[in-house]
Amino acid sequence: MINLKTVFTSVALVGAMSAVATPTLARDTINVVGSSTVYPFATVVAERFGRNTDFPTPKLESTGSGGGLKLFCDGIGTQHPDITNASRRMKPSEFERCQRNGVTDIVEVKIGSDGIVLASSKQADNLDLSLQQIFLALAKEVPAADGSETLVANPYKNWSDVDSSLPNKPIRVMGPPPTSGTRDAFSELAMEGGCKTFPWIKAMKAQDKNAYRAVCHSIREDGAFVEAGENDNLIVQKLNSDAGSYGIFGYSFLEENSGTLQAATIGGKQPTIDNISNEVYPVARSLWFYVKKAHVGVVPGIAEYVTEFTRESTWGDNGYLVDVGLIPLARKARMQASQNAGNLVTMTGNEL
Amino acid sequence: MTDLNTQAELVRRSLKRRYRKERRFRAYGIVAVGVALLALITLFSDIIGKGYTGFLKTTVTLEVNLDPELMYLDDASDKDALRMADFKAPLLAALRQELPDATTSREDTRALGGLLSGYAANELQDRVAADPSLLGTRQVMTFLAHGNVDVYNKHAGETAYSIKLTPQQQQWVDTLKANNVVNTEFNDILFVHGDSREPANAGVAGAMVGSLLTMLVTLLLSFPIGVSAAIYLEEFAPQNRLTDFIEVNINNLAAVPSIIFGLLGLAVFINLFGMPRSIPFVGGLVLTLMTLPTIIIASRAAIKSVPPSIREAAEGIGASKMQVVMHHVLPLAMPGMLTGSIIGMAQALGETAPLLLIGMVAFIVDVPDGLFDAATVLPVQIFLWAGSPELGFIERASAAIMVLLAFLISMNALAIWLRKRLERRW
Repeated sequence: MINLKTVFTSVALVGAMSAVATPTLARDTINVVGSSTVYPFATVVAERFGRNTDFPTPKLESTGSGGGLKLFCDGIGTQHPDITNASRRMKPSEFERCQRNGVTDIVEVKIGSDGIVLASSKQADNLDLSLQQIFLALAKEVPAADGSETLVANPYKNWSDVDSSLPNKPIRVMGPPPTSGTRDAFSELAMEGGCKTFPWIKAMKAQDKNAYRAVCHSIREDGAFVEAGENDNLIVQKLNSDAGSYGIFGYSFLEENSGTLQAATIGGKQPTIDNISNEVYPVARSLWFYVKKAHVGVVPGIAEYVTEFTRESTWGDNGYLVDVGLIPLARKARMQASQNAGNLVTMTGNEL
Repeated sequence: MTDLNTQAELVRRSLKRRYRKERRFRAYGIVAVGVALLALITLFSDIIGKGYTGFLKTTVTLEVNLDPELMYLDDASDKDALRMADFKAPLLAALRQELPDATTSREDTRALGGLLSGYAANELQDRVAADPSLLGTRQVMTFLAHGNVDVYNKHAGETAYSIKLTPQQQQWVDTLKANNVVNTEFNDILFVHGDSREPANAGVAGAMVGSLLTMLVTLLLSFPIGVSAAIYLEEFAPQNRLTDFIEVNINNLAAVPSIIFGLLGLAVFINLFGMPRSIPFVGGLVLTLMTLPTIIIASRAAIKSVPPSIREAAEGIGASKMQVVMHHVLPLAMPGMLTGSIIGMAQALGETAPLLLIGMVAFIVDVPDGLFDAATVLPVQIFLWAGSPELGFIERASAAIMVLLAFLISMNALAIWLRKRLERRW
C-alpha cells in the first residue's frame, strides 16, 4: 500500500502516453468489410491467402452490404477499409458518395451467386411452390379471394388453403429478421416476385411506390412466420426437431445439411448449382466485392488477394469455394471477370 | 381474566394458520432455489454434452515418403522451389498405401484428398521448410483429418449431424480407424491456433490473447481512475449540488446499455482520434468506460463501510486527511474495491455488443502480438462460430463457451480469494 501513489501515477502516465502515441499506423494487413453472405467465402480465401503467401492474413469484418459500402466510401487512407463485399450491386448513390469522398478508382468483381432456399426436414412433405403461392402464404395482406382487387388480412392457415395441390398442413415458416440481407433478398425476389403477378398490384408501383412496397414486402405477423434471428444454424436445428415447419436461409446451409434437409421447388426449379448460376431458380442473387485501387501498392498484397480470389482453383467449378457452397459464375463470365480483376479495371459509374 | 383467556384462545386458533404460512413460505424459497439450480444444471449439461467433443480432434497418422521426384522438389532450402512443389502427392501416396482398393481415377483421388484437412499439404510444407534434411526420407507424421471425417468419427448415427462423406469414404475411414491410422486425440489445436474457417484447424488462442490484452487495458485504466474518483467523491468532495449531480449520473451510467459505449467509442476514439479499428487498445478503452461506474459504486460502498472510529482515531493522533485515507481507509476498503473491480471486469470479459461497433467482431487468423494488432475476444469468437454453417463449429462453439466459463470462474475465485485474504474484522 505504500507505493500506491507511485503505482497510480505511473499507470496514469502510461495511459496518457499510449493515448497520445496512437498513430494512424501504416497498415500491413488488408482490411475487408461487408456482407455477411459473402463472409463465409471471403474468409476461406483470406485464410488460404495468408497460408500460401508471405502476406499476413487479411482481417474480415462482417458489417452487412450497406454498412460495408458506407465504410468503404468514407475515404482514402489506411484507416479506411481496402475491400468491401456485397450481396447486391453498389447503388448509383453509393458510387457518387465514393466519388465525393475521393474514392474515385473502384474495381468491381462479381464472384458468383447465392440461392435462398425454403427448406424442411426430409421427414416433412416437400413443397412445390410458385412465387405467387409464396406471396399468398407469407404476406401480411393478400388480395381477397373473390377477385375484387381489395386487400384483406392473410386468411390462409394451411398450405392447402393457398392451393389445393399443396399439403393440408399448417403454414409454419422460420426466417431471418428484417436486418438481414437474406431477408432483403427474399422480400425482393420471392415476395415481390409473387406480388407483382397480380396485375392491379403491379399497377400500383407506377402510382404509389411506397404503398406498393408496403404490400409486397410486408410479411405476416400472426405467428405463421417466425423470425428466428440471424443465426441460420438455429433454424436448421429447429427444422430437424420439428418436421412440420419450413425455414428460409442461404444455399450454403442447405449444402452443409444435405443429409437431413430438403429444399422446396420454387417456380418449378430445384435450388441446384446449375439452376442458380443460370438464374433459372427465381430466388437467387449475385455476390460482389469492390476494391479501392488507390490502396493497391500502399497496403501490401491487395492485388495478390484479388488474384487469389479470381483464380480458377478458387472460384471455378472445382474450386474450393464450391465446397463451402458458392455457386460459381458461368465459365465465360468468370474468365472475363478474372481478367478485368487482374488488370484492376476501374468502374465508370455507367454500368450501375 | 376472560380477556386474557380469549386472547390465548385467539393465538391458539391462529397458530396452525401461522405455521402453515411459514411452511408455505419456506416451500416457495426451496422452489425458487430449485428452479435456479435446474436452469444452471440444464445450461451446463447442454453445453458440456454438446461441447466435450470439441476438445477432441481426429488425426491421421501416415508414413510419408518425401520423394523429391514425386514432389518436384530438389532443394528444400530454396523458398521459391518450396512454393512450386507438390506437397499433396506424397500424402495421397501414403493414403493409397493404407487403402489399396483406392484407384488412381480422378474421383478417387478427390475422395482421398477429402479425408485430410485442407491444410495438410501446407503443414507438410512447413515441416520440410523447417528441416530441409527431411527431403528424401520416409517419416511417420500425424495430420489433421478433414472436418467431415471429424464429424463422422465423432457423431456417426446422431440425428443432429449430417454425414457428408460418401459411402466409400465412410468405408475407408472405418478401415483406417481399425488400422489405427485414424485416431481421436486431445484437441491441442483449440488452444494454439487462431480462428479458421476449417473447424478442425480453428482455435481460440487468438481470442484468448485478445481478451487478455483488452482486459489488461481495461484494468490498468479503470481501476486507478475508478478508485481515485471514489476516494475523492467520498472523502474530499464538498457536499453540494454539483457532487449530487455527479453521483446521480454515475449511478445512471451503470445502467446504460453497453452498446451505447460502443457507439461512443466509435465516435470518439475511431472517428475523432483516428485510431485503427479492431484493436484491443480501443476495445479496452470502451470497456473501461463501461466498467468505471461499477468500480466507482463498489469502491464508494467499500469506503463507506470503513468504521468512522478508525478515521477519528487516526485524526485524533494527528494524521492529515491524506494520511488517514492512504494509511487506514484505503487498505481497509481494498477488499471491497477489488471485488467490485473483478466483478466489473468479469462483466466486461463477456461483452460483445460494444465491440461490434469498433470492429472487433471480425475474422482474424493471426494471434495478435500487441495492443495495436487486430484482435477479437472470446465471446465474439463464440458468436462467430455459432453462426458458421460448418457442422464442426457447433461443438467448438460449446467448447469455447467452456473456456470462457473457466475464465470467468477463475476470475470470480480470485475475487473471493482476495477478499478472504485482505479482509479485516473489527
